[in-house]
Amino acid sequence: MSMPTTAERPFTVDRSLLIRRLREVLPAQALLFEEEDLRPYDCDGLTAFRQLPLLVALPEDEVQVQAILRICHELRAPVVARGAATGLSGGATPHPDGVLVALAKLKKIIRVDPVSRTAVVQPGVRNLAVSEAAAPYGLYYAPDPSSQIACTIGGNVAENSGGVHCLKYGLTVHNVLRVRGLSIEGEIVEFGNAALDAPGYDLLALINGSEGLLALITEVTVKLTPKPELAQVVVASFADVRRAGDAVASIIAAGIIPAGLEMMDRRAILAVEPYANAGYDMDAEALLLCESDGTPEEVAEEIGRMTTVLEKSGAAGIRVSQNEAERLRFWAGRKAAFPAVGRLTPDYLCMDGTIPRKHLADMLEAIATLSGKYALRCANVFHAGDGNLHPLIMYDANQPGELERATAFGAEILELSIHFGGTITGEHGVGIEKIDLMAEQFTLAEIGAFHRLKAAFDEHGLLNPGKGVPTLARCREYTLARVGGEQNPTNPMNAPRR
Amino acid sequence: MQTHLADFIKDTPAGREADAILRSCVHCGFCNATCPTFQLLGDELDGPRGRIYLIKEMLEGQPVTARTQLHLDRCLTCRACESTCPSGVNYHRLYEIGRAVMEQRVPRSLAARATRLLLREALPRRWMFKPAVRLGQLLRPLLPGVLADKVPRPAGARIGGGPQPAAHPRRMVALAGCVQPTLAPNTNAATARVLDRLGIELVEVAGAACCGALRYHLDAREQALDDMRRVIDAWWPELESGRVEGFVMTASGCGGHVREYAALLKHDPAYADKAARIAAMTRDASEVLAAEQPRLLELLRAARAGVGERVAFHSPCTLQHAQKIRGVVEALLTAAGYPLSPVADAHLCCGSAGTYSLTQPVLARQLRDHKLAALHAGSPDLLATANVGCQMHLQSGSTLPVRHWIELIDERLRAAS
Repeated sequence: MSMPTTAERPFTVDRSLLIRRLREVLPAQALLFEEEDLRPYDCDGLTAFRQLPLLVALPEDEVQVQAILRICHELRAPVVARGAATGLSGGATPHPDGVLVALAKLKKIIRVDPVSRTAVVQPGVRNLAVSEAAAPYGLYYAPDPSSQIACTIGGNVAENSGGVHCLKYGLTVHNVLRVRGLSIEGEIVEFGNAALDAPGYDLLALINGSEGLLALITEVTVKLTPKPELAQVVVASFADVRRAGDAVASIIAAGIIPAGLEMMDRRAILAVEPYANAGYDMDAEALLLCESDGTPEEVAEEIGRMTTVLEKSGAAGIRVSQNEAERLRFWAGRKAAFPAVGRLTPDYLCMDGTIPRKHLADMLEAIATLSGKYALRCANVFHAGDGNLHPLIMYDANQPGELERATAFGAEILELSIHFGGTITGEHGVGIEKIDLMAEQFTLAEIGAFHRLKAAFDEHGLLNPGKGVPTLARCREYTLARVGGEQNPTNPMNAPRR
Repeated sequence: MQTHLADFIKDTPAGREADAILRSCVHCGFCNATCPTFQLLGDELDGPRGRIYLIKEMLEGQPVTARTQLHLDRCLTCRACESTCPSGVNYHRLYEIGRAVMEQRVPRSLAARATRLLLREALPRRWMFKPAVRLGQLLRPLLPGVLADKVPRPAGARIGGGPQPAAHPRRMVALAGCVQPTLAPNTNAATARVLDRLGIELVEVAGAACCGALRYHLDAREQALDDMRRVIDAWWPELESGRVEGFVMTASGCGGHVREYAALLKHDPAYADKAARIAAMTRDASEVLAAEQPRLLELLRAARAGVGERVAFHSPCTLQHAQKIRGVVEALLTAAGYPLSPVADAHLCCGSAGTYSLTQPVLARQLRDHKLAALHAGSPDLLATANVGCQMHLQSGSTLPVRHWIELIDERLRAAS
């Protein structure tokens, strides 16, 4: 366990030399180094962490990416990849000594093959653009993060993104066949292939969710899924959150696998409705969206079963989408929930813990208690079907101390997630946001194993340093600090483990 | 978003408004997905989220140079980002506040100043613009390709003259516009004929010409406000007479701007109330027709004109994003028997954007070509739109006729008579 870790390594980068070398391989407008130009690149979707990069590079093709990596490797400069910068865990937060490689210009859809039901795309292609390109063949790309209008496939692979439909159709890792990338040395590396399995270790699963720590992604082959003949969504409103939480567990227990099973609490509903005009019940304490897809017969049968379970669970009102426009409208509210909370608050932190479904209601109640403790509002939007929580902690960065309170609030939610037998991240990645909590989730030996894996790909720790996996020293500091925290009688962590 | 506005602006009305807008942005990045310039350039600085950040830095007192100016100048103000934004960020207001500060802080080159001066002095004045266009049309064979593209082709003959007062108890006022009478004189004439069939008299009022949008977007705010006051002065007696039901806009660019009169003149005690009343009575021609739908459908049925040409409709940004009028023109054209061909990425700007096609020709041309490819993809017989700027810009790159949609409705109704 004595191996030095990435973030501990000092980087002494000669900025002017780096600029000079990069200028030789990039067009003038593809390299930004004046502070005025760098400032808008200082964060991604996680605005609580901001850091000016040393430089920003905007390559247009794989050859330019390769040239950038070779130079950075030679000069030992850190490299942070960035797609649409919609990430919520700070995976694309710049490094002060490093080059931020923005891949938005690599946005070609290389081919859509309706026979093999695959598409080959560059990393900067937007998630939704893949489905749009596949639509003429009756196909679509199943993982649908709420940011799918903007987020890119490269970022989806790096974070192993999910979405409202991943309960039935899987996360990114289940919908990607092959990833082509570049190692920090600038060598082309391929993970997976056109078939469903490959000889040797399953490195394709490794690159999915690797958060830019192992390679820069330059091309992705995704699986396309036939569009269901019909999809309908049930919107059920509940007068209290516990009933809604229990209804989720009941649906799964009834053997139903909905195409999507989502939950929103009152604050989230109130934020979303004015923007989306989705027709949500504004008096409900919680809403469930439960989708069925398949043939018309399958959908009719399943919607019937869902409705029965929801009614038995005490739903106060039930609406079933009557046409595609209405279905999309019902979903539009859910998909816009995060930014719509921006109507209620200048800033928010979006958490991403995952817990066993049976604890959803307990968690909601615990969050309500914590909300009082930290005097911060919290709207809850859950991928309830797979137990993935997205509490949105509202704060005002202009008020001294609020960000710190929000961060502590979030950390307690994630600690609770582990306590309930879950994890600190379901689909947003660890990034910079949850790095300390990795020490809560894993032992030092396990963290050490992660570092050895990283070193096998990136010996000098140049790819996205300081993200995903904490240094062992950081883990020890966190553990020491936590010992004090457990003396706090209001900390729900002190309750016996369930 | 965290803000620390600088002393020079933070306690002014503009500063307070900008601060509120900045704080409503949560930096989600959805806006970049539908921003035409981000789509072309892939640089955060050329998308709304980056521009908001650049403006924030400027208002927080950071040094600002031609770099910021370049990226703000590239904004089309198409407001597609506002349609996409779930947080309700009032981008265009922030952009206007930011531009005003930038114009004070970052000098422009002599050539750029001259171009902008020429545009804002010549375009709104019909006596200067009309002869200039005629001269350009005469000289077109001698002009280099790029410049020749910019000269509009001669407008189709004006059919049956302008709005003619007819004996109807119902009366509406149309804005003459600045460049439209020269470039597309049939638009208002066709509107007058269609409204006449619906029992509404349409008049133009002398003195109400340019709505002020042109100068406003070329950073000549005071001049622009005078243009707006002139329109209000010309229309006010009509409004006060109580005979006028509304103000009809046949160019969505002007319509979007007149609807902003209330916001733009709210600090002018002499005009604030008048501006608000006129803005509230302003309607796009499509809204007027949609409100008369039963009668219109009856007339169309009577016309029995059969199936019309296949039309690809381009909804101007000022119609769909600024005025949020969506699907109305499409429904009218369908009702009139024109099959609509599908158009991909219908939310994207065509690159015309007021004077943008003249100040940012490279990007404007790329956007135009993308838009035309999307419009042509469904093999239409002709293209239709709702704003004279888009109409001319698209026409400069297409061999298909580009019409104002009201002309198509007019033709269907005339087929019957």
